[in-house]
Amino acid sequence: MISRIEQDHSRFREIIRGKIRQNLRKYISRGDLIAPKGQGSVTIPMPQINIPRFVFGDNSGQGVGQGEGDAGDPVGGSPKDGQSGSGKAGEGEGHKALEVEVSLEELAEIMGEELGLPNIQRRGTQSLETKKDRYVGLRSSGPESLRSFKATFKRALRRQVAMGTYDPRRPVIVPIREDRRYRSWRTDPRPQSNAVIIYMMDVSGSMGDEQKEMVRIESFWIDTWLRSQYKGLESRFIIHDATARVVEREVFFRTRESGGTMISSAYKVCSELIEAEFNPEQWNIYAFHFSDGDNWSVDDTATCIGLLKNQLLPRLNQFGYGQVESPYGSGQFIKDLRAAFNKHPLLITSEIKTKDDIMDSIREFLKGGR
Amino acid sequence: MTSMSDVLAASGGLPGVLRELQSEIKGYADGFGLDTFPVVFEPVDYRHMCEIAAYDGFPTRYPHWRFGMEYDHMLKSHTYGLSKIYELVINTNPCYAYLLEGNSLVDQKLVMSHVYGHCDFFKNNNFFSHTDRRMIDVMANNASRVRRYMDRHGVSTVESFIDVCLSLDNLIDPWLPFRDKKGRRAPAGQSGMAGPEVEAEDESGRLHNVRGYLEGYINPPEFIAAQRAKKKQQDEIARRKLPPAPDRDVLGFLMQHAPLDAWEADIVGILREESYYFLPQRQTKIMNEGWATYWHSKIMTTKALRDDEIIDYADAASGVTAMGPGQLNPYKIGVELYRYIEERWNRGQFGTDYDSCSSLQERASWDKRLGLGKQKIFEVRRLYNDVTFLDEFFTEDFCRDQKFFTFKENRRTGRLEIEGRSFAKIKAQMLQQLSNFGQPFIYVVDANYLNRGELLLGHRHEGVDLKADYARDTLRSLERVWRRPVSLLTILDDKAKRIRFDGSEISMSDEPQAFRV
Repeated sequence: MISRIEQDHSRFREIIRGKIRQNLRKYISRGDLIAPKGQGSVTIPMPQINIPRFVFGDNSGQGVGQGEGDAGDPVGGSPKDGQSGSGKAGEGEGHKALEVEVSLEELAEIMGEELGLPNIQRRGTQSLETKKDRYVGLRSSGPESLRSFKATFKRALRRQVAMGTYDPRRPVIVPIREDRRYRSWRTDPRPQSNAVIIYMMDVSGSMGDEQKEMVRIESFWIDTWLRSQYKGLESRFIIHDATARVVEREVFFRTRESGGTMISSAYKVCSELIEAEFNPEQWNIYAFHFSDGDNWSVDDTATCIGLLKNQLLPRLNQFGYGQVESPYGSGQFIKDLRAAFNKHPLLITSEIKTKDDIMDSIREFLKGGR
Repeated sequence: MTSMSDVLAASGGLPGVLRELQSEIKGYADGFGLDTFPVVFEPVDYRHMCEIAAYDGFPTRYPHWRFGMEYDHMLKSHTYGLSKIYELVINTNPCYAYLLEGNSLVDQKLVMSHVYGHCDFFKNNNFFSHTDRRMIDVMANNASRVRRYMDRHGVSTVESFIDVCLSLDNLIDPWLPFRDKKGRRAPAGQSGMAGPEVEAEDESGRLHNVRGYLEGYINPPEFIAAQRAKKKQQDEIARRKLPPAPDRDVLGFLMQHAPLDAWEADIVGILREESYYFLPQRQTKIMNEGWATYWHSKIMTTKALRDDEIIDYADAASGVTAMGPGQLNPYKIGVELYRYIEERWNRGQFGTDYDSCSSLQERASWDKRLGLGKQKIFEVRRLYNDVTFLDEFFTEDFCRDQKFFTFKENRRTGRLEIEGRSFAKIKAQMLQQLSNFGQPFIYVVDANYLNRGELLLGHRHEGVDLKADYARDTLRSLERVWRRPVSLLTILDDKAKRIRFDGSEISMSDEPQAFRV
């Protein structure tokens, strides 16, 4: 039976979910929600929900205290320097900030509902699950080969101490049958991933920190959504300026290089990566490329289009190109792509001018449900 | 979900050590003359403790999301080590108290002593006399009705109506339970009936006349007739006026007169009942905590403490009475005031002689060895509430000894700074914070305002404005209940105003004069 408080707690969480949904755009466009890798949840700060009543107005500018001090001395606990300036001092009372922990799955669900994202139609084989045995505990029977010496002797020591037969001056411990402990295992199903996202980012000189931040936020949310659709989703990261390479996740978001931009280099690496590791028969492959659209030359753009047409698109579930606006870039690439692929169903382009556009861009990318 | 029998069963299962401890502490409490209900202690783990605390001590309470929010908050602050609920005790007979499992024995002793203090206060303080000591059952019954309404009308319908009522739950009349023992109002309008019904030859408008022959000149018959007609008309209006006089029991008024469905009226009633039940605890925070602190300190330091526990006890006890800068600790003020009173009455420092004595030295060494201190504090705990307690015993001497000060925000730096140590100012401010259990005075003034069936409330302004945005939202709640436009007379920035909500928008207009009673 569910206890009463849990029912009330889940009602409260429903209300919170409603609030998150209302403010989803705000939350999405903020970078600080992004959970470190491996962490299954994010913490969202929101103001405490207060019930309005007829109460006295802000009276915190004055009061009665107790203690030492002369007129003019500061009362401890007054707002720190950093806080003054904005807002009235000590709006404090009843202003407990609420920190709400939301699992990424839940967040993905909210996002999916809010953006009206369809569930993804998988292709290829259904996801396979493999099983893996893990040693997780102890039990009192088992094969001798799995006997845990440490645990067995601990038991024996405990028994002897309890029985009073243990002599610390002559510490001899003799396990008997009941003391023996054996390692036991559990069989965990391990989902075999059959989806991969390949992120490509332009890190040439024209991509500033702000642009990278937008890419970071957007790929986080795409990742979150696709993860909710596939168990054990893989991801790969490619950065490029004039040359491209596969990198770790951390490097992907941190690197800043300078130099020219040859987008084709990234597409080439991507294509090789798919060839080497991900058989399109069995994998759902997503590729996203983010750039400011300032490619080196018209020739290179032509190469890109060729690569996309012949190498990438036939193998991918979807190719997304997101163009962030940068003060330096010409933004020509998106126009070229649009011209070349005029509404190709697998190629989706989206322009991200400011952080506020991230939501719409995500919707653009994911609304196809492929 | 804890039924009575569960709780009793659990208390029977109180671990032997704690049971012994309880009878030991009970013995000391009785020895000091504390008069308590039977106390049932139940050790609970911290999750359970947070759960019970979220329900204000009543695990049987009706379902509502805010309990979940409180629970969430308490559980987090506990988990992060920001706060810890040591003890929880509720005003019922028998008195249920919860102990936090895993506290050290000396902590449990302290908590038990503290609980006996509270329990004595609940039983004997006059302001608790009207509370229902079987509130656990009442709450459980209320909860099952609320659940039934939820089944019938939908959870969110009922829950949002509870939200509406919660925003009005401080609009009650603290003195109503004493005017009407059952806490129930007489059906409105009846009280006003009796007077005008008596159609005796009334003397209205008739001037006093000692000489009979002048009657026709002094009181011409047609004038008297006109006067009577006028009076009758006025009475008629007064009788139809609702409420006959401004009424502070806004919730009660709405329960009876607002166009509510039966279940809605019941929910208003439930919330009102709970508000009245919790009211004395809000009226006696300082006295109640002070009393419990006084007794845990007395019992522990004179009887219960073993030598090896002294450090742990001192650590815990000093935490209870610690003063945060810029805020008042009710435990601290309360316990100091009781000790101060005890000291004064022991030494006979009261009465005209003492009050009129102006020599500081003489006052300080004043000692008639009367030994009336204990008797006096027991009397005080029976008769006073926070306002009268401070009004009478918060003296200039006490204020000086305890180093009280007033503080104010420095507009330039945004810092809170000590303003001064003027006794009059300190006391005025403290009483102001405590009067009407810290809530503004709100009255129902007219249920047929402008002869349009609108509801008019009045805020008796005592120097501090209402929080404007909250006031506006509260008007929305009122409109939901009254289903006609509602207005509130108040003062904002020294100007008399009327705020009105007509169901779609909030408007504000100037008033010729402020609302007074």
